[in-house]
Amino acid sequence: MSKRDEAAHGSLKSYTWGFGLSIVFTLAAYLLAHGRTDGGWSLIYLLAVLAIIQLFVQLVFFLHLGRESRPRWNLTVFGFAFMVVAILVFGSLWIMKNLSYGHQHLPSSQVIVKDEGYQP
Amino acid sequence: MSTAAEAAVEQQNTSKTLFGFWVYIMTDCVLFASLFATFAVLRGSTAGGQELFSLPFVLTETLVLLTSSYTAGLGLLAARGRRTNQVLVWFGITMLLGLFFLTMEITEFHKLALEGNSWRRSGFLSAFFTLVGTHGAHITTGLIWMSVMLYKVMRGGVTAVNLKRLTMLSLFWHFLDIIWIFIFTIVYLIGAST
Repeated sequence: MSKRDEAAHGSLKSYTWGFGLSIVFTLAAYLLAHGRTDGGWSLIYLLAVLAIIQLFVQLVFFLHLGRESRPRWNLTVFGFAFMVVAILVFGSLWIMKNLSYGHQHLPSSQVIVKDEGYQP
Repeated sequence: MSTAAEAAVEQQNTSKTLFGFWVYIMTDCVLFASLFATFAVLRGSTAGGQELFSLPFVLTETLVLLTSSYTAGLGLLAARGRRTNQVLVWFGITMLLGLFFLTMEITEFHKLALEGNSWRRSGFLSAFFTLVGTHGAHITTGLIWMSVMLYKVMRGGVTAVNLKRLTMLSLFWHFLDIIWIFIFTIVYLIGAST
């Protein structure tokens, strides 16, 4: 196997590194969350960061992303998918948050008073 | 056409197929993203439910699937070295771990449904069953594919075509592991601790 081939397809060493790092991040996330029911936004952010680190660990060590030869079509498609996923997830949450703000089970006249300062 | 030129054409076709499969996986990511978004939106729409999950149980599931992802990688390395017996052993182990994972998932679903917490109870549970169930359906597909590949490798050894298929299969399997990391984090860890 040539050196370049090995870079593009991975080796025993790269798979084992990926496996070990993934276990470390999984256990870290588990220990952070275990037995807690009062976690706030800081815990959510921390767990999300750990998941995203693990995403990149596996993309690099298991899927060998970014180690293909040029032109890097796989990486291009991945970047596009990443963008769509981000818009979809954060867009939905944003829209629904706004919607539930306008949906506070108040009569519509009161919502108008609250939002626009308009007194009928 | 000389054999060298044929080999070059073959190589090019293989890389095109792999690229096509990669594009499929990326679009599957978009499917899962929409289910994750639905789950995140419906998470508050619960009639009591976030305390339903057992974290040690789910940690075991996660470690089993992670290990199967590793053994799938080792199986692919063996396939590249044309070591047929090792391919059968590693993908066989991957399949057993995958079956074990699927059994655990079905056990959890069954337990939830028996306790009266099926997808009909709340928006949160509908989103939960859809998201985790879609992942389970992918795992099932992967297991069927893997059993077919084990049969093919047993019959014909690691041919160029089989190597290409095994490469796609292990891509698929790693992808399912990555999706599971997000299910583990978002559904179970964040769901149970906040």
